Amino acid sequence: MTLFWALAVALVATAVFTVTQRSPVYSVVGLLANFVVLATLYLTLNAEFIFVMQIIVYAGAILVLFVFVISLLSAGTGPFSEGPNRMPRALLPAALVALAGFGFLIYGLARGALGILPPHVATSHAGEVGQSGVFGSVADFGVALFSTHLLPFEITAFILMVAVIGVVVLAGEAALAPTRGHHVRRRVQEREPIVKAER
Amino acid sequence: MNAPMDVDVSYYVVLSTVIFFIGVGGVILRRNPLIMLMAIELMFNAANLALIAFARVWMNDAGQIFAFLVITVAASEAAIGLAIVVVVFRRAKNVDVDEVAGLRG
Repeated sequence: MTLFWALAVALVATAVFTVTQRSPVYSVVGLLANFVVLATLYLTLNAEFIFVMQIIVYAGAILVLFVFVISLLSAGTGPFSEGPNRMPRALLPAALVALAGFGFLIYGLARGALGILPPHVATSHAGEVGQSGVFGSVADFGVALFSTHLLPFEITAFILMVAVIGVVVLAGEAALAPTRGHHVRRRVQEREPIVKAER
Repeated sequence: MNAPMDVDVSYYVVLSTVIFFIGVGGVILRRNPLIMLMAIELMFNAANLALIAFARVWMNDAGQIFAFLVITVAASEAAIGLAIVVVVFRRAKNVDVDEVAGLRG
């Protein structure tokens, strides 16, 4: 229980840190700490494979993507530091929305939405990493992923492929468009005076 | 090694709710699209925490599979979202979401 409270406090603190930082680089650092704490929470819930995925995919891949984009965008003038924050103006409506949604969910929980759960949770076998027949083990997860849930897994691969194509279309077009558009525009500009002169 | 789950699942669900609405507040309050995307990642993670907590309660792998799929979808979302941010910044030289109003009627 003390482990849970320590992790919960750290999780909320890092989440608040992430959202309130002015510079996105600090936000990325906060998010990294948040992901690591969350991965530890997954471990307390016997989700070994998700623990590893959280570290590799989130802390490894997604945050590196964020850092690259930040370094790419703020290499010049630093567009992030300009302008006031939206904090004072939108604080009240944001607080209202967040508190209303939070209160709604907590109200649902308090009314007994969790009463449908099995009252006596079976014991876990934490610590026996990699053995089959143990809930949450990587072996069982792999069997379930590639047998029972094979179709969702394949659909996920398709989603990732669509995302990769989308990124290439978006960013590739942005990388090529300025040069192409520049040439076209210059040709048009060269042509226009001739037309005007003939008139 | 039979360690019982000594924390009730409701604690995990409440913690997940708190994280989710921290993310909601971040999306509403911030105008930097990068931090808004990070807040969206926080919301994805909150949903994952709830899924994995319920998977633990039911001793069912499906919740963890779901969380795995959510992670991949979050990765796709981050990649496309960041690509959109880059494109918008190249077009407008500005990453303030209040200033990007090209579709305003």
